[in-house]
Amino acid sequence: MSATAQPASTTTSAAAKPRRVALLTSTRTRTLGLLAGLALLVVLMGLSLAIGSLRIPLADVIDAFTDRQDTDEHTIVRELRVPRTLLGLLVGVGLGASGALMQGLTRNPLAEPGILGINAGASLAVVLAILVLDITTPSAYVWFALAGAGLTWVAVYALGTSGRQGASPTTLALAGAVMAALLVALTSAILTFDTQTLAQFRYWNVGSIAGRQTEVVWTIAPFIVVGFALALLAGRWLNALALGDDVAKALGQRIGLVRAGVAVAFILLAGAAVAAAGPILFVGLAVPHMARALVGTDYRWIVPFSGVIGACFLLAGDVLGRVLTSPAELEVGVVTAALGAPFFIWLVRRRNLPQL
Amino acid sequence: MSALPARHVTVRTRAFSARVDLRTAAVLGLLAVLTLALLTAHVALGETKIPPLDVLKTLVGAGDPGTDFVVNELRLPRALVAVLAGAALGIAGLIFQDVARNPLVSPDIIGITGGASLAAVSVVVFTSWGGAATLPGAALAGGLLTGLLLYALAWRGGVQGYRLVLVGIGVAAALNACVSYVLTKGEIINVSEAWIWLVGSLNGRTWDHVWPVAIALVVLVPAAFALGRQLEALKLGDELARGLGVSVERSRLALLTVAIVLTSVSVAATGALAFVAFVAAHIGRRLVPGASSSAALPVAALCGGLIVLAADLAGREVFGSTDLPAGLLTATLAAPYFLFLLKRPSRR
Repeated sequence: MSATAQPASTTTSAAAKPRRVALLTSTRTRTLGLLAGLALLVVLMGLSLAIGSLRIPLADVIDAFTDRQDTDEHTIVRELRVPRTLLGLLVGVGLGASGALMQGLTRNPLAEPGILGINAGASLAVVLAILVLDITTPSAYVWFALAGAGLTWVAVYALGTSGRQGASPTTLALAGAVMAALLVALTSAILTFDTQTLAQFRYWNVGSIAGRQTEVVWTIAPFIVVGFALALLAGRWLNALALGDDVAKALGQRIGLVRAGVAVAFILLAGAAVAAAGPILFVGLAVPHMARALVGTDYRWIVPFSGVIGACFLLAGDVLGRVLTSPAELEVGVVTAALGAPFFIWLVRRRNLPQL
Repeated sequence: MSALPARHVTVRTRAFSARVDLRTAAVLGLLAVLTLALLTAHVALGETKIPPLDVLKTLVGAGDPGTDFVVNELRLPRALVAVLAGAALGIAGLIFQDVARNPLVSPDIIGITGGASLAAVSVVVFTSWGGAATLPGAALAGGLLTGLLLYALAWRGGVQGYRLVLVGIGVAAALNACVSYVLTKGEIINVSEAWIWLVGSLNGRTWDHVWPVAIALVVLVPAAFALGRQLEALKLGDELARGLGVSVERSRLALLTVAIVLTSVSVAATGALAFVAFVAAHIGRRLVPGASSSAALPVAALCGGLIVLAADLAGREVFGSTDLPAGLLTATLAAPYFLFLLKRPSRR
């Protein structure tokens, strides 16, 4: 296999073998691809620490950890950029992996982390926090948003499993649509009549990882870590589900249990991401498609690739947002969507994407 | 629901024959009566209640001047905008879903609404010309441009449905992010006004808002009917459609143009009404199961009109003196429909 595999030369191989839709087809090239992604992630984390309205040389960045002094540079790196970078990493992994889980579970390419009403629930919780408790710092929204997303998900799951079909992807998506419709209407109603709340909410709604305190990182890290571990296990289950319920059953999968497992991993990842950064819409939708373009339809690979690509995507977007309009900053939610979309469209146009 | 047996009669003249499905005809008649009733209620109810008979009298030009003003200048245009915009959305939703062969597709998901929204919100937030004429104009231009962009970007020796949807969600994401961004930049007074536009409202709509939607419908509904057979074929997939002798790309372009223009015109008149296109198309199709696309089109159109009309009426009447934007109610009305889908016994 190593004699013929030339994964790097995409243009020639795509032209010569039009039927091969994925880029990396062997375990070896996929492992190498994943390692390359991780290396890129490390580089982006370094850039995220060094670049901003104040450029800090990489040597100083390293000094800030090994030889810490109380200079402005070191304080900025440790107090502002480290939490921001870690948050970008966690949110990116959460969005990418949860998107892959949802697309696999619902077998619909449009599924994204907001689909079960998670974003709507988190948004309503944040709006209520602003309206009732007069809370205006993004770090303080985290617990409210987490609770909102979690409660919505419990309601959606209860509603989705209460029918006689059990928790099929369709019933879950429909239950999510019910909750989202109601919660969005309620949120919009509050924002229509309370301009003060809208004035605060719009900054959360745009999606950003700037200005969060270190506690936010520690709050969401356990959710993302456990969720991602479960998501990695779920790859095998999603492969079985992709064949259809009957085949999956015949292969010895316990469908209900498998779906519940995927759903738990999903809420841990997506809920934590939206709680920390606000609704970032594009990453969870596009990243699994990018992963699929690389590795094809095997979810054991799509999930880890989605996590890594998601983190790279989010960090790159955040760093770009600091550079583009310097000294002002563009929120990462705007950058990932406004610049990520053209890239995504280019990707969709260029290859025949493996369909779900 | 499927208690009525599938029966039909054939209408024949020397030059023309058509098969009329009785169930479709019955559903259409029922929806039309409902629409008329709701339309009358919409015009009759309000701060000054007008008896339905007086409404009729005023409509034919025999009412007193005071009532005439309230009916013909204030309430009728608003009610008509609701019906027409809803109908346009219903048709557009059905066409998008059939062309893309994905029941989750709607104009909001593939970016048409997002383009109109970005244009409208930018006008409100960044400029001082957000008047009654410029705002719909900007929204219309935004929606049409987005449609053009979408088609150009999805074209690669043809516009395959799957690629159209994926390109569309990319376009929608970029536009919606820009909308969120614009909202963080303006004075809060303007942002608040832009927000109401984003929710979608029929407050203060006049005849100026009625005409564009009415003209678009008069031109495009016959076009949609004429393309019904092609739409039916496209639902089967490109290869089968081609096998049936349909010129796939040309039909798809024509159908998408119809849907894009109808969406843009309607969003320009009302703002971005959530869920209407999606739900109207679904309910329409469900009311006449197994019917052809040309039969489902008018059903979806009437459903859309009814939804927006009911939403606006409820928003105006149910909550006392607070006038809720129709968009809030369309979102709320969508929930019971999803719940119905969820709870209906499983079949097929």
